[in-house]
Amino acid sequence: MLRRRKPEKKPEQETPPPALASVSVPASTTRPARWSCVDTCCWLIGWICVSWWVLLFLYHAAPASLTQQVTEAVTEAITGPMPDPPGSRLRKEGVTARHPVVFVPGIVTGGLELWEGRPCAEGLFRKRLWGGTFGEVYKRPSCWMEHMSLDNETGLDPPGIRVRPVSGLVAADYFAAGYFVWAVLIANLARIGYEEKTMYMASYDWRISFQNTEARDQTLSRIKSNIELMVATNGGKKAVVIPHSMGVLYFLHFMKWVEAPSPMGGGGGSDWCARHIKAVMNIGGPFLGVPKAVAGLFSAEAKDVAVARAIAPGVLDSDLFGLQTLLHIMHLSRTWDSTMSMIPKGGDIIWGGLDWSPEEGYDCNDKSKTDNVPHASEDFQARVDNFHLNKVNYGRIISFGKDIAETASSNIERIDFRDAVKGNNFAHLNASCHDIWTEYHEMGWGGIKAVADYKSYTASDFLDLLHFVAPKMMQRGDAQFSYGIADDLDDPKYKHYKYWSNPLETKLPNAPDMEIYALYGVGIPTERAYVYKLAQPAECYIPFQIDTSAKGGNENSCLKSGVYTVDGDETVPVLSAGFMCAKGWRGKTRFNPSGIKTFIREYDHAPPANFLEGRGTQSGAHVDIMGNFALIEDILRVAAGATGEDLGGDRVYSNIFTWSEKINLQL
Amino acid sequence: MPLLRRRRPAHPPPQIDGPSTSAESDEKEKPSLPMARKPRWNCVDSCCWLIGCICSLWWILLFLYNAMPASFPQYVTEAITGPLPDPPGVKLRKEGLVARHPVVFVPGIVTGGLELWEGHQCADGLFRKRLWGGTFGEVYKRPLCWVEHMSLDNETGLDPPGIRVRPVTGLVAADYFAPGYFVWAVLIANLARIGYEEKTMYMAAYDWRLSFQNTEVRDQTLSRIKSNIELMVATNGGKKVVVIPHSMGVLYFLHFMKWVEAPAPMGGGGGLDWCEKHIKAVMNIGGPFLGVPKAVTGLFSAEAKDVAVARAIAPGFLDSDFLGLQTLRHVMRMTRTWDSTMSMIPKGGDTIWGGLDWSPEENHSCNGKKKRSDDSLVSQDVKEEIMNHQANITNYGRIISFGKDLAEAHSVKIEGIDFRDAVKGSNLAHSNASCRDVWTEYHELGWGGVKAVSDYKVFSATSILDLLRFVAPKMMQRGSAHFSYGIADNLDDPKYKHYKYWSNPLETKLPNAPGMEIYSMYGVGIPTERAYVYKLSPSAECYIPFQIDTSADGGSDGSCLQGGVYLVNGDETVPVLSAGYMCAKGWRGKTRFNPSGIKTYIREYDHAPPANLLEGRGTQSGAHVDIMGNFALIEDIIRVAAGATGEDLGGDQVHSDIFKWSEKINLQL
Repeated sequence: MLRRRKPEKKPEQETPPPALASVSVPASTTRPARWSCVDTCCWLIGWICVSWWVLLFLYHAAPASLTQQVTEAVTEAITGPMPDPPGSRLRKEGVTARHPVVFVPGIVTGGLELWEGRPCAEGLFRKRLWGGTFGEVYKRPSCWMEHMSLDNETGLDPPGIRVRPVSGLVAADYFAAGYFVWAVLIANLARIGYEEKTMYMASYDWRISFQNTEARDQTLSRIKSNIELMVATNGGKKAVVIPHSMGVLYFLHFMKWVEAPSPMGGGGGSDWCARHIKAVMNIGGPFLGVPKAVAGLFSAEAKDVAVARAIAPGVLDSDLFGLQTLLHIMHLSRTWDSTMSMIPKGGDIIWGGLDWSPEEGYDCNDKSKTDNVPHASEDFQARVDNFHLNKVNYGRIISFGKDIAETASSNIERIDFRDAVKGNNFAHLNASCHDIWTEYHEMGWGGIKAVADYKSYTASDFLDLLHFVAPKMMQRGDAQFSYGIADDLDDPKYKHYKYWSNPLETKLPNAPDMEIYALYGVGIPTERAYVYKLAQPAECYIPFQIDTSAKGGNENSCLKSGVYTVDGDETVPVLSAGFMCAKGWRGKTRFNPSGIKTFIREYDHAPPANFLEGRGTQSGAHVDIMGNFALIEDILRVAAGATGEDLGGDRVYSNIFTWSEKINLQL
Repeated sequence: MPLLRRRRPAHPPPQIDGPSTSAESDEKEKPSLPMARKPRWNCVDSCCWLIGCICSLWWILLFLYNAMPASFPQYVTEAITGPLPDPPGVKLRKEGLVARHPVVFVPGIVTGGLELWEGHQCADGLFRKRLWGGTFGEVYKRPLCWVEHMSLDNETGLDPPGIRVRPVTGLVAADYFAPGYFVWAVLIANLARIGYEEKTMYMAAYDWRLSFQNTEVRDQTLSRIKSNIELMVATNGGKKVVVIPHSMGVLYFLHFMKWVEAPAPMGGGGGLDWCEKHIKAVMNIGGPFLGVPKAVTGLFSAEAKDVAVARAIAPGFLDSDFLGLQTLRHVMRMTRTWDSTMSMIPKGGDTIWGGLDWSPEENHSCNGKKKRSDDSLVSQDVKEEIMNHQANITNYGRIISFGKDLAEAHSVKIEGIDFRDAVKGSNLAHSNASCRDVWTEYHELGWGGVKAVSDYKVFSATSILDLLRFVAPKMMQRGSAHFSYGIADNLDDPKYKHYKYWSNPLETKLPNAPGMEIYSMYGVGIPTERAYVYKLSPSAECYIPFQIDTSADGGSDGSCLQGGVYLVNGDETVPVLSAGYMCAKGWRGKTRFNPSGIKTYIREYDHAPPANLLEGRGTQSGAHVDIMGNFALIEDIIRVAAGATGEDLGGDQVHSDIFKWSEKINLQL
């Protein structure tokens, strides 16, 4: 019996390792069972570890080029030859670095790091709280939440906490490990000769309002100084600015700020933009806001914090560790002034009223057909046929119930909520909810009912709605942003900084040689309007939520899970990204008095063909478009000196021009 | 049956029919028992078992470590060593100090990170990865490729074609040199405690391989620094900046101060009052104002302890023929393409560093240090030194001697044969192809040249320059276009408007900025290289013909000669004389080098090694790089950044004989 057991575990009969011996000796009747199991586990883990190390060693020992060749060979075998990255291709054509470039990252993509914190954040000094691995979100969630929040009243740092944007190209090259934002563009620019002295990442704290970045961090001064430096050290060649997402609005703000006299502005003089900027190449710019911001602010169902949600899908929706995650998110994001910069601007004139919307003829399933064959006339015919069947009231950004969203406007009986008394009989006004600052418990039942009774909200109504449900937040927002349309742009009130990021309330700078591009993806269903319902009362809850059960009649309906979708880049609808360059600023208008040339470059979305392609080289999605080869090529050409005409002028796949025509805006 | 019971737990058998499975397993084992394969399989098995155990244990520990509260290590340390002193930032914050003046860091040589922007095929996948700094993983993985990318062009001292290696920017450029090896990080953390953040701190990172003026030509680094300082002053309500250069950064910033006020295109065109308007204080840490003797050996025989950090990382690596590569020669080839190393050749010649017969430090007693560090019985000490004088006089002035006898002999006895006109022999046996690609210029020297060098026997600071010109003419040709090592007779001579003089404090005037302050902060109490005993090395295939005679040792324990190197007081890299002389005498008061009478202060920090392992690199270190974690130094910096002046700090703080030694230098002021 003893002989039998030996080969199982002991290699040498005389000198067993002490650890082994001590374990095996007491093995009499019941012990061996447990021992063997642990033994097998250990054996397995050891085996896996060893093979892993061997593989790892081989991988590292193999010359890097070999690994790459293998990967390339595999990829090519599956997908056919890979296209050269645009940088290499253009370099062969002789394109070289010419104009310095400035990157302006958008919301959530920029890293934030801790400079001063409470005791719970010990050891995190100069570590990233936002971006990178997000390790701390899991390790100490409430501490993280506390440090990421801003002060409710001022929209600035809470006392004792300093969270600051990361600076340099690393601020937004990768959002999380392996999730590129600017990295692909940077790598391609480097191929044609760019380096850090000719590329500048204008990183800013994307949580605070635009003017506050200057007040707290002097970020706008910093950008001005860096652009001036780059222009001066590059022989006077003007900069090409590449803002992305909310960075587009930030840069609009910057252009007004820099020419405005100090102290409110940067005092650069009224020709600063003409002297320093060659082109502004806006990528996926929410010029007129995004409907997503509506859902985000109204019920924290912010797919705008989509990246965060993508990282932790279940976490946001469940009560994890007893934290009402969604409420915390709401608490957090409502302290961020910047989210209010993306509320839809221009009201009913731009976004449509109860009865009409610019996009109303849009057919949600014709996309796949038009993808390859651009036979517009036929397409149009088909659309006319579908018109009556498929008419979507996009103008009703929020409707309470699917019926309301679909019925004719004359059938809606709206009871105005604006004067409704906010009930103080709210049952859930207890202590445990109080620390979660969402303002909903101050609204009471009366208020909630009044909101639901108004039934349908257009873009203009929605502003009133936000003022009603979140008065404190909107009070902060009103000091920093404005959402209207100017009647008279020469009115002195428009010299205030709160108008600077709204293209409908500012004039473009006097820089006739400058070019403005709107580069954005199309071909992805994008949120445009919502069907809401009242939520089931619970201990602490958000009283409104998207009615995910609301679905369109057939497969091709634009209504899915309570959301009406329209053409766009998954975040920004075509209308918001394209209207200003398609019509609002086209030629000499009152918004563009010097006749700055505008160009629209659309990139039709094609999902990655297979897994190896990663996030694709032809993507049109809001962030993934930063890796789109066609877009990168356009940017490289402009940075190397080309003009919009050299690129071929407009490049359009969507109906942006038709839709823009429907908008009746005085120009 | 008992057998069956025992075995079952190992492979829990299906319950259907126990006996048959057990019989099966019995059958399997019986025949396998006598076979030789069994024990081997078992060995692997138990190895796996062991590794599995270790892995699991490791993971558990790792998990516990991660789960443990962040303050735990500190708790353990305090339990062992007693309560730690508050970091200076915390202490001073309690005193009510807050951020006031923006600060600018100027890192030194080797401490700044460099990253790849464009490379050859072999460097695929390293785009924007660090070649220098960080983990240095590539040095081991592809050493030749790494050397190729780190080298500069022989002729121009700029990028070789197809390669672009650029400095990392931002605070990350030099906060840590390698993981865990802090440079600026401790200082940054302490400044942050009193309210500093990135908008008020600027790391003036530059490519430390290039000559100073070339950083402007290639990267516009000087313009960048100027613009950033102007921005910080403007956005901080006009409060002037405190500049903190370290090591070679000190020379770089001297160059900057001349550059910024010089008219464009050679200078920055900031106007004659730029420094006065923008700089409150320059707090030089361990500055090699007058060069370092280490640079000589580095250039002469690649025994560069100046690349000491690199050597500390890979001690054996540099000295052996690793994988058939002549490592030392490759290092030499690489470093000789770096113009910046030539900025640290000793300046001022025999006037400063001493001649064959004298040197300012000649009375230095190498073992007196230990006694003095605690009780400052100066008078007694002096007496002792005088007693030792005759026995202990060291000819520091002879920076290179061929043989220990010559280093110690009276100068009359030395018969030097001048090498300057010696014909370089073309009969060097080893000028074959395999050596050619390693560019060190030695194979052009020939036997005749090598012999001529050793026949000159003893080299002082002035003749060192001629020596370097003799053995490495091409390198020095590049160097002399960018640096100068003399002493100006007439500072108003228009030739001194050229940028090559700007980093030599003996050939420039300080800017006209009476409100500015200049500090010289450095560690003392560590033996520092000052002079060398050389020998000819045995011939080999490809070799460097000269090497330090490591067998040369002083007679007693307390001798200054150790391993062929004469030591003097300093911070392990920079001798006290180089770090302190300018602030102690050259610039003190109104001199011709300091016409506006900028106030100077000397702050010395006596070295105390870390008491135990837990302290890491110590909070009282005086070593060249470790001093950046010295609490006393950090406190001084924070006080000045918060608005204090040199008088508020208490003026000079001196432990060494710097004033005495300075007096011996006969320089017209």
